[in-house]
Amino acid sequence: MAGFGVEEKMSIIEINSLDKSFGGLSAVLNVNFFLEQNELVGLIGPNGAGKTTVFNLITGVYKPDQGSIIFNGQNITGMAPHAICARGIARTFQNIRLFNDLSVLDNVKIAAHKNVPYNFFSAIFRTPGFFKGEEIIEKEAMKYLEIFKLDDKKDELAKNMPYGEQRRLEIARAMATKPTMLILDEPAAGMNPQETNELMNLIAQIRREFKLSILLIEHDMSLVMGVCERIYVLDYGQIIAEGKPEDIRRNKRVVEAYLGEEGE
Amino acid sequence: MQILKNKFIRFCADVLILAALFTLVQYFITTGLLNQYYQINLASMCINIILSVSLSLINGFTGQLSLGHAGFMAVGAYASVILTQMLGQPFIAGIFAACLAAGVCGFIIGVPTLRLKGDYLAIATLAFGEIIRVTLQNIDYVNGPAGVLGITKLTTWPWLFAAAVITTLVVVNLINSSYGRAIISVREDEVASELMGINTTKYKVIAFVIGAMFAGLAGAMYAHFFYIIKPETFNFLKSFDILVMVVLGGLGSTSGAIIAAIFITALTAALQSFPAIRMILYALILIIVMIYRPQGLMGNKELSRQTFGRIWSGRKNEHNRN
Repeated sequence: MAGFGVEEKMSIIEINSLDKSFGGLSAVLNVNFFLEQNELVGLIGPNGAGKTTVFNLITGVYKPDQGSIIFNGQNITGMAPHAICARGIARTFQNIRLFNDLSVLDNVKIAAHKNVPYNFFSAIFRTPGFFKGEEIIEKEAMKYLEIFKLDDKKDELAKNMPYGEQRRLEIARAMATKPTMLILDEPAAGMNPQETNELMNLIAQIRREFKLSILLIEHDMSLVMGVCERIYVLDYGQIIAEGKPEDIRRNKRVVEAYLGEEGE
Repeated sequence: MQILKNKFIRFCADVLILAALFTLVQYFITTGLLNQYYQINLASMCINIILSVSLSLINGFTGQLSLGHAGFMAVGAYASVILTQMLGQPFIAGIFAACLAAGVCGFIIGVPTLRLKGDYLAIATLAFGEIIRVTLQNIDYVNGPAGVLGITKLTTWPWLFAAAVITTLVVVNLINSSYGRAIISVREDEVASELMGINTTKYKVIAFVIGAMFAGLAGAMYAHFFYIIKPETFNFLKSFDILVMVVLGGLGSTSGAIIAAIFITALTAALQSFPAIRMILYALILIIVMIYRPQGLMGNKELSRQTFGRIWSGRKNEHNRN
């Protein structure tokens, strides 16, 4: 309702009545939500509620049966994942999907490929532009590794890194695609409380520094309640609640979804 | 600037080494130290290097199991022969035609089949190779199953050497660039690669087309060295031969592909004097290598200046200790 003197923030992503079913089973049903610019929003729900499916629909891994996804005023419904990434959405994965046999540095460099500063033929003929371009890519990649404190491990193979560092590398890799919106699928899974804490500080830092909007799935309730400004709760593919963390904590339907209905 | 300078010095060193190798072999050929028998094996070696390096781009780096490489070789061989023998064009035109025809075929085959994965892609490319072979058998213009005989021998050592070096250079330069990293990321995890903004289909097709083009080049070299081409030469067993070289060398290693191509060509030549047990020995050697080096001779490592540097400094250290 712009024009009525109410200052309204621009929403970066709008998801309208999204449907997706797999062979008769509705995984996501009439899901609507939005994210405002620079907002940190959590998506929670019991196991199998369809959270990761929503992520896969936004990033183009699955095509929605119905509904639309508007990102930055552009309809990105049904686009290929790489095209969606090119428009500024990057993500991490619930079960880490790094390029295992490649070095930490190469993992990040691959994500920077979408802005490659030289063309195919200067690569094959090794023109001066190629060497200059490679230097730029390397500098960029190192910048992200430094933010995530992985710069001293740049030559290690991704598969040889400890779990917590692999999680961090995934976020660093996602950041190297220069997104405006970051989608994190259980970024703290398998981390100890201290690691989780550090990760949360990092997420807050990159959000400030790069003016990111972040959507995250997380099972660690203390974490979600601590950092998210707004939370959506998903159960059986439908949004059952939306609001500030303190409202969600007191919401009867949410408690039911997690703990089951109260007995008579 | 200093980095560029160092690169230039290294580049000059590479050129010198290659020039020395070329001149040495050329000297052996002109003085007759390398007789006909060795020359044939040398040509096979170069052709096999082109084939295995180009297939390693598809199978080893992009991770797409293709079993149709001999098909592209056939397209190149026939395209070049049609130009040089039937249309009377120079060899260089034949070579370009071979690369172009094989590349176009690679594109036509690649676009629909590269959305298939693993075994399915293997079967599709295998079928493609057979389609090429059977088609050639039924084209009277190129004498059907009898093939083309009496092709002028135009492939000489300079051509072979240049073809092998150019193939290797293009593949190595491509792989060690941002485009190469994009290609390797497809092998590592296609879904993650796509979500990191890489158009995986595009890069699979690029790798496939480049691989096919060089297979076409190998076909042109082959046709103008061995006087005769017939569709039967390019059956699926030939594709398997090339695949064996790539796997033996190590998936994802160009130097491995080259070493394996040399090794297998030499092995085949050496076993020629035992025709009865040749295939058994050949198979046994492959089995033994695969048991003790399942990742191939080189794994995904490269033989590079650094490797030699390490060996060299290791020696020096040993020497100092003594």
